[in-house]
Amino acid sequence: MTPRWALPVVVVLLLLRTSVSAQAETIQITMENLVFSPAEVSAKIGDTIEWINKDIFAHTATARNGDWDVTMPPKKTVTLVLKKAGSIDYYCRFHPNMKATLTVAP
Amino acid sequence: MFLRMSAAIAAVSLLGSAALAQGAKPTDPQIAHIAYTAGVLDIAAAKQALTKTGNKEVKAFAEDMVRDHEAVNKQALDLVKKLKVTPEDNDTSRALSKNAADKVAELGRLKGAEFDKAYVANEVAYHKAVDSALETTLIPNSSNAELKSLLQTGLKIFQGHEQHAEHVAASLK
Repeated sequence: MTPRWALPVVVVLLLLRTSVSAQAETIQITMENLVFSPAEVSAKIGDTIEWINKDIFAHTATARNGDWDVTMPPKKTVTLVLKKAGSIDYYCRFHPNMKATLTVAP
Repeated sequence: MFLRMSAAIAAVSLLGSAALAQGAKPTDPQIAHIAYTAGVLDIAAAKQALTKTGNKEVKAFAEDMVRDHEAVNKQALDLVKKLKVTPEDNDTSRALSKNAADKVAELGRLKGAEFDKAYVANEVAYHKAVDSALETTLIPNSSNAELKSLLQTGLKIFQGHEQHAEHVAASLK
């Protein structure tokens, strides 16, 4: 016997899910030959960044403000869901010449 | 100071004179051997540093050297295998190895901050010498396009190492 409140809850959950998945995007940022590309990316909270490392080297995408620090093994792709807004400068800890900016809208 | 100067001069003159001493342009099998040897030697230097240093920045730098040079050398091995080229030992490789062995022995006698400074100063000099050899000799003389491209990637990453080493050297003053 399903409780009477269950249906509305399920409906709300379904609505939430569809609204989120309809809006959230997946954005690709590639690391190739020691360069982040594109170097400037705009996204919003809930979007997923797909970090694609095409190099033979390990890289990181490290936010200068400490929001995130993603490590990408050589030739691997790693994803990150954006949870905080802001204009974030990030770099690779292993190769500090690699720098880029990710702007996350609320 | 003396140590730092001597390290720089030794490393630079070594690569320059050894490359020149060969007279003829290095061949691809020789170039592959030189580049691979230079990587192996820097990995060995980094591993020595990892057993001796207590400094966080020096440790991070040495870990970067192991990671990146191993990556380049793995790629180099894959490439020579694919091209069916046998890397060929030569005067430059031998001179590099001899010099590096002397340096390991010299650094082995140092401790603490003295070791850190000498190791990092040698890394600055070593990467300068290797980068210059890549730019002026190894890249221009490599005839295989894939080898050339790998050396170019190497140069780019080693220039970053040189800057990183300079940055660490400045922090140790």
